[in-house]
Amino acid sequence: MTAPVPAPTEAPGKTPTPAPVPAAVPRRGPGRPPGARARRTRVSAALTAATVLAALLVPAAFPLDQQAVDLAAKLRPPSWEHPFGTDELGRDLLLRCVHGLRVSLLVGVVAALVATVVGIAVGGLAGALGGRTDRLVMRIVDVFASVPHLLLGIFVVAMFRPGIWPVIASVGLTHWLSTARIVRAETHSLRNRPYVDAAISGGSSRWRVAVRHLLPGVLPQAGLAAVLMVPHAIWHESALSFLGLGIPAHQASLGTMAEAARGSLLAGAWWPTLWPGLFIVVPTLAIAGLAGAWRERINPRVRSELTL
Amino acid sequence: MARLAGRRALAAVPVLAAVTLGVFALAAASPFDPVRQYAGSAGLRASQDTLDRLRENLALDGPFTEQWWRWLTSAATGDLGQSVSLRQPVAQVVGERLGWSVLLCALAFLLAVVLGAVLGVAAARRRGGWLDRCVTGGSYVLQAAPPFWLGLLAVWFFALRLGVLPAGGLTDSGEDTVTAGSLVRHLTLPVTVLALSQLPWFALYVRQGVADALHEDPVRGARARGLRERTVLLGHALRSGLLPVLTLIGTRIPELITGALLVETVFSWPGIASATVRAATATDFPLLAAVTVLATAAVLAGNLLADLLYVLADPRIDPEEM
Repeated sequence: MTAPVPAPTEAPGKTPTPAPVPAAVPRRGPGRPPGARARRTRVSAALTAATVLAALLVPAAFPLDQQAVDLAAKLRPPSWEHPFGTDELGRDLLLRCVHGLRVSLLVGVVAALVATVVGIAVGGLAGALGGRTDRLVMRIVDVFASVPHLLLGIFVVAMFRPGIWPVIASVGLTHWLSTARIVRAETHSLRNRPYVDAAISGGSSRWRVAVRHLLPGVLPQAGLAAVLMVPHAIWHESALSFLGLGIPAHQASLGTMAEAARGSLLAGAWWPTLWPGLFIVVPTLAIAGLAGAWRERINPRVRSELTL
Repeated sequence: MARLAGRRALAAVPVLAAVTLGVFALAAASPFDPVRQYAGSAGLRASQDTLDRLRENLALDGPFTEQWWRWLTSAATGDLGQSVSLRQPVAQVVGERLGWSVLLCALAFLLAVVLGAVLGVAAARRRGGWLDRCVTGGSYVLQAAPPFWLGLLAVWFFALRLGVLPAGGLTDSGEDTVTAGSLVRHLTLPVTVLALSQLPWFALYVRQGVADALHEDPVRGARARGLRERTVLLGHALRSGLLPVLTLIGTRIPELITGALLVETVFSWPGIASATVRAATATDFPLLAAVTVLATAAVLAGNLLADLLYVLADPRIDPEEM
C-alpha cells in the first residue's frame, strides 16, 4: 500500500477530571499530531503531482506504438527491462499503463468539469430563485438520483456509442447531483446574509447578485466537490471501459487494459491485471488526501477524515 | 406508520413515470434506430418505403411520448417487449435471472453489514491503535479499488493459483443441475468480492458512530456505574452508534446495484446485472428499459425502507410529520 493511512490518533486517556475511570477512556483529543497530518498532505501532493506529470510528459517523450508487437516477449513477468512486465502481445505494460492513465485522467477531468458546471448552474438556479423553481429542480434531482449511476451511464453509452464523448456525457450526466445539492444549500445560506440584502437594496441586478455575491461564496465548496469528483469519474470510466462500453478497446485506458488482461489472467499472468487497478487506486487516494487537506483549510473546525 | 409508507409509495409513482419517460426520450435522441437493428443487413438494401412499413408494423412510429405510453400500457399487463440480445420475452429474462441476482446481492449485503459492524466497533474501541489504522486504511483502499479489479485478482488467486474455488458461473462445466454444495462454492467468491466493495462504507460509518457515542453521556454514565467494558461497548455505544447506519442501509441500494453490475460480469453470474451488460453491448433497448425501471423501483423501495426504519428506530420522530 503506497497511500498514507489516515487515522486520527487520540492522545491516550489523559482525563483532566479525577475520574476513577481507567485510561481506556478515549478522549476527543486534538486529533492526529500535526506532523503526521502534514506528512499525509505532502505524500498526497507528491503522488498527485507525479500522476499528473507522468500523464502529461511521458506520452510525449515515449509515444505508444499500438502496432509494435513482440510476440517473442509476450507475458513476461516484471523484470529490469520491463518493470511491469509485458502483456499478451509483448508490449511494455508500464508504458501502456501511463498512456492509459492519461486517457482516463483526461476523461475524468473533463467529465468532472462538465458535472461541476451543470451542478453549479442547476444548484445555483434552485438556490438563488427559491420557491417553485427550487422545488421543481430538486424533484428533477431526485428523479436522477433514483437511477443507479452506473446503470444510467451504461444506458447512455449503449444508446450513443461508440466514442469518448458518450462516456464523458454519461459520467457528467450522473455526477452533477451532489454538486447541485451542495451549491443549492450553500446558496440558500448565503442568500440570507446581510451583504446580499445590502447588494439587493443597493439596486444590484439579479445577475450581478448571483455572479458577484453568491458565486464566489459557493466556489470553494464546489471546487472541492469537483476535485473529489475526478477519481469518481475515472472509476466510472474504467468500469464502463471494463464492461466493453467505454473507451474503444484499441485505445489504452485503465479500464480497457483490465478488460484485455482477462485472457492473460486465465493463463496465470497476474501483472496485466494488477497494474491498471493500482493506477486507479493510488491516484484516487492521493487526490482524496489532498481534498481532505483543502477541506480543513476551508473549514478548520472540522478535522476531516478522508472522503472518497 | 402505514400512512407514511402509503404516502411515500405514492410519491414514487411520478418518479418512476419520469424515469421511464426519460429513458424513452434518451433513446429517441440517440442515433440508434431499432428498425434498422431489426432489419439487420437487409435494412441496408431495403427501400425507405419498406422501412417505413416495418416501422409501422413494429409500432415504432410516432413521437417518443406515444411509444412511451404504448410501453407503459403494455407493461401494466406484464408485457415488457422482446429482448433482442437474449431472444426471449423481457419478462421471462427478468423472471429467470432476478432470483440469482437477489440471492447474490442479499448475501453480500448481509456479509458487508455484519463484517462492517464488527470491524467498525473494533476500530472505534481504540482510535488510533493499530487495528483502527488497519481498518480505516483498508477501507479507503477498498473504496478506491474498482470491484471488477478486486474480482479479477480474487479469481487469479483463489481459482487459478490455489484452485480451491471456481472462477465463475453457477455450475461446473458438464453439470447442469444446481446442487447446494456447488451453489455455495460458486457463490463464495462473488459474494465476498461484492461484500468487500460495500464494506468500507459500513465499517467507516459504524466506527464513526460508535466512536462518537463513546464520548456521550449515556456511555459515561454506564462507565460510572461500573459496567463491564463489553456491556458498555455493545449495549450502549454500539446501539446508539448503529442507529444512523441502520436507517441509511436502505439508501445503499444504488451502490449495491453498481457493484452487482461489475461483479456479475466478472464471475459470469447468471443474474439480471450481467444480462444488462450484455444487453447494453447489443443495444437491446427493451431489456435495458425494463432493467432501468426495475433498478429505479429497487432504489425507491430502499429509500422507503430507510424512511420507515428511521421512524421505527427513533421514537422521537413523529411519522405524521415526515
